[in-house]
This record gives sequence, C-alpha cells and structure tokens, in this order.
Amino acid sequence: MSADPWTWIAAILTLAVFSFLYKENPFYRFAEHLFVGVANGYAITFYWHRVLVPSLINPVASGEKLWLIAVAVIGALYFTRFIPKISWLVRIPIAVMLGYFSGAYIPRAIDAQILQQLRATIVTRSMFGNWQFGLWAVIIALGVIATITYFFFSAEQKGILKPVSRIGIIFIMVGFGASFGYTVMARISLFIGRLQFLLGDWLGLIH
Amino acid sequence: MVLALSLCLLLSSLNPATDVIAKDAPNDDGNEIILTWARSDNPTVISYRVLRQTEGEAKWDTVGVAGRLASRFADDEVQNGIRYHYKVLAVSETETAESAISEYAVSSPQWFDLDRLSALIGTIIFTCLIVFFINRAKRHAEKLFIRRIAGLDAVEEALGRATEMGRGILYVPGLSSIDDVATIASMNILGEVAKKTAKFGTPLIVPLRDPIVYTVAREVVRESYTTAGRADSFNQDMVFYVTDQQFAFAAAVDGIMTREKPATNFFIGMFWAESLILAETGASTGAIQIAGTDAVSQLPFFITACDYTLIGEELYAASAYLSREPLLLGAIKGQDYSKLLILAFIIIGTILALAAGLPVQDIF
Repeated sequence: MSADPWTWIAAILTLAVFSFLYKENPFYRFAEHLFVGVANGYAITFYWHRVLVPSLINPVASGEKLWLIAVAVIGALYFTRFIPKISWLVRIPIAVMLGYFSGAYIPRAIDAQILQQLRATIVTRSMFGNWQFGLWAVIIALGVIATITYFFFSAEQKGILKPVSRIGIIFIMVGFGASFGYTVMARISLFIGRLQFLLGDWLGLIH
Repeated sequence: MVLALSLCLLLSSLNPATDVIAKDAPNDDGNEIILTWARSDNPTVISYRVLRQTEGEAKWDTVGVAGRLASRFADDEVQNGIRYHYKVLAVSETETAESAISEYAVSSPQWFDLDRLSALIGTIIFTCLIVFFINRAKRHAEKLFIRRIAGLDAVEEALGRATEMGRGILYVPGLSSIDDVATIASMNILGEVAKKTAKFGTPLIVPLRDPIVYTVAREVVRESYTTAGRADSFNQDMVFYVTDQQFAFAAAVDGIMTREKPATNFFIGMFWAESLILAETGASTGAIQIAGTDAVSQLPFFITACDYTLIGEELYAASAYLSREPLLLGAIKGQDYSKLLILAFIIIGTILALAAGLPVQDIF
C-alpha cells in the first residue's frame, strides 16, 4: 500500500467520483465541486502566465506591439456586461470574434471539407489498378452520394429520394457503429488505467 | 600502371548533381526559395549539401543537407529582395562533387495564393447561392420549403412535458468556442427554446464552458425573453459559466442533472469525449433528451443514449426550421443547392474520369 499522501488523495477522489455509479451522494458532490474549483483556479493561472503575460503584457510593456492595446480594449469590452448602462458594448467584441472566425473558417472549411473530399471521392481509372481498391472507391462514392441525398432538406424524402436516403442512413449508421466500438474500446482502456492506479499504485495488489 | 590508376580514379570519381535551378517559392508570403536539381547517377552518394551565396559576398554558407534520394530543397532563411545563388554538393563517404552554380533567385511575397483558386471559386459560388436564397426568403419566406426533421417534433413535446411536470429544461450548447459552426447553430436553437420557456414560464438552465459563448448565450436568452414579452422573467443566473476544464464541466453538469432533475435535456452543439458521460447520466434521471452535433465521433453516443438526435447538418436545418428566419432559411436553401452542385460534380466527374480518362481531380 502506498505511503505517498498524494496517491491517497488521488485514490480517494477517484473512488468519490466512481461512487456516482451508485447514485449522487455527498462524496461525489465534494469531488465535483473540488474539481470545478481546481479547474477554474488552474485556468486563471494558465491564462495569466501563458496567454496574457507573454502575448499581451510583455509585448506592450517592451513597446514592441503597442497596437495590441487596441485589441485589449476591444477584449475588455466583455466586462461591460457588469455595468447595465453600457452592457450593449459587449456586442462589439462578440461581433469581432464572429466576423473574424467566419472569415478565417469558411474558406478553410470549403477547401478542406468540401473540395478536397470531392476530389478524393471522384472515381478514376487509376483506382482500378487494384480491383479491391477500385471496389472500395466505388462504395465510397455511392456512400457519399446517398449520404448527401439524406441531408437534402428542400424536398420530402419521397420517390427516388426515399430509397437513396435510406441507403444514406445505412451508410451513416454503419459508420457510427464502427466509431462507437472503437471509442468504447478506448474508454475501457481508460477505466483499466484507473483500476491499475487503484490496485497497483495505491493498494499495491498488482505490480 | 598509369592506365590502371587513371581507370581507378575514373571509376571512383563522383558525378555532381546537375540542372540546379533556384526559384522563388510560388504562392507564399515570401522568404523562401525553392532549389531543384537532377540527382547524381553515382550510387555512392549519401547526401546533398546545399550551399548559398549572397550577391556581392565571397563566402558560401551551408543552408541545409538533403538525403540521397532528394532532388528538392526549400531554403526558408532568405530575405525578400536579395539575390542569392546556389550550388549543390554531392557527398559520398570519401569525396564530394560540386555542381554548377545556379542562376540568381530572389524571394518575394505574392498577393494571391493561386493554389487556392478553387477554394475561392467554391466560396464565391456557395456565397452567391446563399445570398440569392436569403434575398428570396426575405420576399417569399413562406414559399421556401424545408422538410420536417424528426427530432424537431420532439422539441415541442419535450417543452410541453417539462411545463406539465413543473420541472426545468437543461440546455448545454456544446463545449466548443464561438468560432465553431455547431455552437453558432446551437445559439439559434437556444434562442427558440428560450422563447418557448419564456412563454410557458418553464425554468431554463444553461451551463457553459466557454467564457465567450457564455456572453453570447446570455445575450441570446435575454433577447428571447424580451421578444416573448417576458423580459421580467429573465434571470441572469439561468445562464452561467461553470469551468473551462472539459471533465470538470462534465462532472458539474452531471451533478446538475441528478440534483435538479430537469424534465428535458438538450445537448446541442460541439461535444467531445464527455458526450456519453452527459447523455448516460441524463438518461438515468429519466429526462427526455434531445441531442444535436456535427461531431461525427460523438454522434453514436447521442444516438444510443438520447431520445432524438439531430445528425450533423440537421442541426443547422433545425435552427432554420424552428425560427423561419429568412437569413437561416435562405442559408439552408443555399446549402441544399450547393449539395446538388457537389453531387453533380461527383457523378459527372466520375463519368468523365472513367469514360474519357480526363484528369477531373486536378480541377480541385
């Protein structure tokens, strides 16, 4: 059994969180609030030391990037929500954020998530160099066509759209099934890791 | 003897790389020159050393070493507007061979990245379609048809159930930041849900992970209550920040679900590994659960543990369907016609590539 007090604290907190599997109880509640509090404390420290100081305070204090003051002022407008009379100013940084990210994200998304996928979906002669590769390429193309049809909202799923959409949802569910199995495996390994900690590092029952 | 020595030297002499060409890297923001060469045909070469000389200077600097199979090197330590030339040293275990000196090359930035021309054209086409349908929706919103999505029928049902039971509604708009499209769509749905909770007087609980999303969500809910004529019912504590830490947030929402026992849980937005933890806990409390996300890896968990799930783009369509706002309706119609274009490209592209052997993929 471990003599390290930190291992004991970690083990007790792990058990407190696991106790939620039985029902919500004061031990879980304690662990939950402690976790939230520690996470917030850590986040504040992290943002101060890793974001604000190196990316704003130091460059401004050294006079290298004085224009960052304007950015800081816009960002500080988030705090105006605490002053009811000028709380409408909070919309300025929100608008800047939404505008910037829309501009930065949309062309990137069109390129990476549409055009490059489109390019990879088109079946070409060279794909049939190996018949298995060719077969999968055809199945992928059919899956993409059927799945896009399922997500066509401008028409009822009737007539030809109905069977194609049905095939589309089958493709989607097969994909989800594979993803589910894969992730469950990953979760089980996380659980095994915790058990190894409890039985090994803490209790010393396994080595 | 002399003949044998000459033959030996001839056999061991290393052939240099040839055709050394230095050019400014295209479609970049400058400070890079691309060097290409034809490899030495000597099999004993183990690497190529790239040497650079700045115009007006006498010394040659080694700027990099490339492997024996390399025939290209990107020098990204140059300054724009300065002329450089290069030579390549073929290196074997015992000797080196110097190539001819390349022509001068100058690095410069380009205004446009022509490699992304297809992305620009795609953006223009999709934008034009969306703008066209938004304008159309502004004039004839009632004529724009969007099919009913199964999960949406459940929204009304879930809100009604919560009101009848006198219990609250939990709305988690994902854990991502405001730059995520799913978060933006979730804000639209939150607005519609908040209008209905304001109308029915149902308690609303909105825990948040991101400080900026928190600010936006608070504004959205406040505006919905004002629009519904119930500004006095808006309580600023109904929208609250929890923590930035993913699993601490999940633990807190689990606690809220088990203590407050909301009648309906909405998980709409971007989720990661906490999705199953949230959905399973919610299911154990007996709440109706409606989820929606475009996170493909998390959708299986929501489908398994929730009553209704908006899959991927249904999430975006849901916000348009619920609000009937011309902006959103037009955007969905524009996206639908963009999908038709994509389908046409795939089908016609495949036919042309298979039947005529055309390099259709190169268009993109």
